[in-house]
Amino acid sequence: MELTAGVTTELSGAEITMRCLQAEGVEFLFGYPGGAVLPLYDEIFKQEKVKHILVRHEQAAVHAADAYARSTEKVGAVLVTSGPGVTNAVTGIATAYMDSIPVVIISGQVPTHAIGQDAFQEVDAVGVTRPCVKHNFLVKDVKDLAVTMKKAFYLAATGRPGPVLVDIPKDVQTAKTNFFYPQSVSMRSYNPVVKGHSGQIRKALQLLLEAKRPMIYTGGGVVLGNAAAELLHLVHALGFPCTNTLMGLGGYPATDPQFVGMLGMHGTFEANMAMQNCDVLLAIGARFDDRVIGNPKHFFQEDRKIIHVDIDPSSISKRVRVDVPIVGDVREVLQEMNRQLAAGKERPDPVAVKTWWDQIGVWKGRDCLKYDRNSKIIKPQSVVEKLYELTKDMDMYVTSDVGQHQMWAAQFYKFNKPRRWINSGGLGTMGVGLPYALGVQLAHPDATVACVTGEASIQMCIQELSTAKQYRLPVKIVNLNNRYMGMVRQWQEFFHGNRYAESYMDALPDFVKLTESYGHVGMRIDKPEDVEPALREAFSRKNDLVFMDFITDQTENVFPMVPGGKGLSEMILV
Amino acid sequence: MRHIISLLMENEPGALSRVAGLFSARGYNIESLTVAPTEDPSLSRMTVVTSGSDDVIEQITKQLNKLVDIVKVVDLSGGDHIERELMLVKVRASGKDREEMKRMADIFRGRIVDVTDKAYTIELTGTGSKLDAFLGALEQGVILETVRTGASGIGRGERILKV
Repeated sequence: MELTAGVTTELSGAEITMRCLQAEGVEFLFGYPGGAVLPLYDEIFKQEKVKHILVRHEQAAVHAADAYARSTEKVGAVLVTSGPGVTNAVTGIATAYMDSIPVVIISGQVPTHAIGQDAFQEVDAVGVTRPCVKHNFLVKDVKDLAVTMKKAFYLAATGRPGPVLVDIPKDVQTAKTNFFYPQSVSMRSYNPVVKGHSGQIRKALQLLLEAKRPMIYTGGGVVLGNAAAELLHLVHALGFPCTNTLMGLGGYPATDPQFVGMLGMHGTFEANMAMQNCDVLLAIGARFDDRVIGNPKHFFQEDRKIIHVDIDPSSISKRVRVDVPIVGDVREVLQEMNRQLAAGKERPDPVAVKTWWDQIGVWKGRDCLKYDRNSKIIKPQSVVEKLYELTKDMDMYVTSDVGQHQMWAAQFYKFNKPRRWINSGGLGTMGVGLPYALGVQLAHPDATVACVTGEASIQMCIQELSTAKQYRLPVKIVNLNNRYMGMVRQWQEFFHGNRYAESYMDALPDFVKLTESYGHVGMRIDKPEDVEPALREAFSRKNDLVFMDFITDQTENVFPMVPGGKGLSEMILV
Repeated sequence: MRHIISLLMENEPGALSRVAGLFSARGYNIESLTVAPTEDPSLSRMTVVTSGSDDVIEQITKQLNKLVDIVKVVDLSGGDHIERELMLVKVRASGKDREEMKRMADIFRGRIVDVTDKAYTIELTGTGSKLDAFLGALEQGVILETVRTGASGIGRGERILKV
């Protein structure tokens, strides 16, 4: 540990924590007060640099901070009290962990002398969160506090990013010590590799240049690693097809002719077929998740060569055997790859690549995302399509919840820029949509933020309409209301003989009245011809939160679909 | 296949549970686990005996390396190494059995470290299979109690695990 700069004044632990947050440039601290963090709230009151955002449930605090981090390049920050405050935050923490999002969570803890005594609102925060954080700390001595905070932010943002929790007992918040805030930390046990091995990169390039049926598959790592420009350059230089995972959408422009759509369980026919039939696969910042390749047994092919670029070595050869592993920051690796490609004379075989594109064109001809455009009932896909058409030229962010609506949003909204599509891909957390929208709107006050959700998901964190009111956050909620937990119903239809056990949402609230009761604008839309005017009106209301309750076709399913455990070429099409 | 993995980690509270939690969360097997501080008080050394295919062992090593507290990881089974386990066995020993028990301990290079009228406590070190062999060589019923440490391992010759 190096201490390179600091101030020498005796400060309380609470003051130190706030100074650390200020030094880290934290704009918003999402949180909820409670007994064990009151000294910290007292310090929040006394300063103006860090703005506290009071949510209505700790889960939403983490989601909002997570979305703030996803839509910016910064670390999200959260403050919660001990015991139930921490346990409420766990879903948010696990969500951020699964998608590698940098968030620092500060939790209050009972005083050190009471730890282990089953004190009021005591929970072993470090123990409870251990499986779903990148790292966590219990600060037992105020002298360790500043350095621990520095480590927390450093760990959260570097290497493979992730959530880091700092648990601070109440007596540590009130104890005093000299304040030194180190400008940098070095930890002997933590040295993420940034630069990719140039020999491996050369080998990878060689394979790509010899490929007859090449494919480029990229994930959230490209978005988090800010490598979209480098990726675009490489894909254009090679002339190969590119697909994004759900997490990677926007990492490559969706309207670019070399984009073949999202892949995976609900990916396009052409993306999945190209993925399954390619001879050289370049995987970048993607981890061969089960929702992406299905069962690895079905994905395995002796003659397919796989190149995998990832900052986390444990993601490489975890689910599929990799021929050329490249550990490093995706941006650095892509820059090096572009450099080597430009420096060399070799280019891909134009005849082979043309034949491959012709084949992809045939697959594309299946028009796998088609749906009934003359329906008398609102088709959910049409709402997302209309949403895209009306908002594509705006400074636009789209958050989603989890379920059928999420997949339709991913399939029908064309994301051309990274960090514009904010959703829970890894953990698949229902309820994230609204708090995500709040976090994004705070980070980008002048941008337009829409939350595509469903009537089941939205109800899991609907109390945050109150937070939206308090901070006047004019997000636009697109509720695709089919009176079912749609994805659950779809699976029950396919795999459980149409037995819709508990997937029917009886006793739904009147969303228009509910929204109005929070002081927002509500709309109900139940005819296809009203979809566009409603969206137009909602997006023209710049200063209002508008809840659009679209009453959609109850029977609509998400296609294509690769049933769980099957191979990518075993898709169910419409 | 059986593997013996040695690792150095920060001597900090909770480090052990991070390792144990990693194994249980990912469904890896722990055959034995020993841990103690090293000559550098800021570091602990842990020896984990586990088993699995090459792919599983590769993942275990990578996942261990990913833990922030862990400084270094080596798979000792990748080369020549020395492995020892300590066992204390309390056996029934009275009358003429006492001589026999003493002889048996000597054959296995064990030492009797506690004596009463009716029992001996024997200390034995060696590989797990040697300790198993000793237990196997004893007559059923004479064993009153056993306690074993689990394996510790170190590389042979110049192979050193150090920061």
